[in-house]
Amino acid sequence: MAIADNSADLSWDLVRDVRQMFEFHFMVNAFRAGTIVAIVAGLIGWFMVLRRQSYAGHTLSLVGFPGAAGAIWLGVSAAAGYYVFCVATALVIAVVPRVQGRGYSEESAVIGTTQAFALACGFLFVSLYKGFLNGLNAVLFGTFLGITDDQVRVLFLVACAVLLVLLVVGRPLLFASIDPDVAAARGVPTGVLSVVFLLVLALAAAEAAQITGALLVFALLVVPAAAAQALTARPALGLATSVGLALLITWLGLVVGYYSDYPVGFWITSIAFGVYLLAKGAEWLGSRAHEGEAVVP
Amino acid sequence: MNAISARGTAVQLGDRTIWRAIDLEIERGEFVAILGPNGVGKSTLLKAILGLLPLSAGELRVLGGPPGHANHQIGYLPQRRSFDPSLRVRGSDIVRLGLDGDRWGVPVPGLRRTRARQRAERVRALIDFVGANEYAHRPIGRCSGGEQQRLLIAQALARQPSLLLLDEPLDSLDLANQASVAALISRIARDAGITVLIVAHDVNPILPYVDRVVYIAGGGAVTGRPSEVITSATLSRLYGTAIEVLHASDGRLVVVGQPEAPTYHPDLYRGVDAHGHR
Repeated sequence: MAIADNSADLSWDLVRDVRQMFEFHFMVNAFRAGTIVAIVAGLIGWFMVLRRQSYAGHTLSLVGFPGAAGAIWLGVSAAAGYYVFCVATALVIAVVPRVQGRGYSEESAVIGTTQAFALACGFLFVSLYKGFLNGLNAVLFGTFLGITDDQVRVLFLVACAVLLVLLVVGRPLLFASIDPDVAAARGVPTGVLSVVFLLVLALAAAEAAQITGALLVFALLVVPAAAAQALTARPALGLATSVGLALLITWLGLVVGYYSDYPVGFWITSIAFGVYLLAKGAEWLGSRAHEGEAVVP
Repeated sequence: MNAISARGTAVQLGDRTIWRAIDLEIERGEFVAILGPNGVGKSTLLKAILGLLPLSAGELRVLGGPPGHANHQIGYLPQRRSFDPSLRVRGSDIVRLGLDGDRWGVPVPGLRRTRARQRAERVRALIDFVGANEYAHRPIGRCSGGEQQRLLIAQALARQPSLLLLDEPLDSLDLANQASVAALISRIARDAGITVLIVAHDVNPILPYVDRVVYIAGGGAVTGRPSEVITSATLSRLYGTAIEVLHASDGRLVVVGQPEAPTYHPDLYRGVDAHGHR
């Protein structure tokens, strides 16, 4: 998907290159959207990795596909489909195990069932649409073309809501994630918090899906967070690192995507993969150094 | 006013009666061990004291009020959780959560510096108190069982509780660690005048420190000094079967013939007959 006509050649004058890139309104919007999404995904992803809820996050990302496909079939905006399907799925995942009263052991079965059903719905919507569903690739693998001003505005408002919730529940959520029994004894409403967290996770997944596509959301939701946790065990620093890495991955991915012929989702995911490998390498080196210390009395 | 007083207290989980009638008076500052075989509801008693489980009968007063009303004055250490080895959060963060983990909001760097400094100071003092200086900066998942347990005790002590509920804190520690953690707990109880309720599978590591024991079996409980309760006569009466308590030469007590609860107490499972068949 080459946007590159003659004007998008990389020169050695970086300032000129950046200025030239931002002459295109779609690139400005892509960077705005990417920045918003990276901040939200970096923060929520950190809690998701800490809470070992990657499977729930994975499913909430995938249901973006039937959401967007259904929305396109009905002729409404794909973004609306992402939000509605992700939030509805979060409610199902949160409520069903609770109603049955079996707690978390039941959760992954419910998540898996929901995921399979959602993907089947997505396939149905694509079939119902009849003919070539324009933008199916974008729904699955992401795009940075054609992000509208309105879409950026909604991304921004939803992100603000998510951040506000996180500001209020941040510390008790950390407590409940690490040590649910003690947190509950201290009066932290752990049940309510896990529902609230699934909802903001759904919103974060719906936002990220609009940049990376439903299949590649994890590049932003899991990788920066997992890399940050490999690099530091301090919660505040970890959150900041996670956001920093998410921004780095997104910005680099957009720039490389702009100058190359290959889709942006591929670049974001590949860069994320590289970042993850580097972070795990650093953790391994760190733990080796640590063990070396312990051997010497 | 007693720290805990229970009269005819009963708890039911689903259609299973955990115990029918517990009577208990625990004075402030006492060091009390809760003993009994697996499955008699020792942990359930702690949860009832915290107000996490509803009572099905009787009365329970904790620190002068109904269960749950004074949880900010209670330090709680649930039954052994070993943290996931890959959990990347420092031991000192775990202790810090005991101090302010239940407060809404997030700490904003640079705001309220005095309070932030005070809390950091308090966390340092707690870590120092339990002797965890060397490993408190490490990710908790990489600490040994004994190290984790010390950090969790520091967490439970964070808000200067007047009551400490410890659920099998010595379980799965090696013998040396059992002795030193038991000594640490008794030092806390003595120095700060904290009432300590400690659930134990084996009374021996804490026997030198215990003021009283509560022995739960058969849906009820017997309370008294260790020398009164842990005897062949008392335990045989409690279980309704012959139990022998042996005194080893090093002062350790060995209870012989102690049945596991479900086999001998068919009323624990409705619909189970005396032979354990449904």
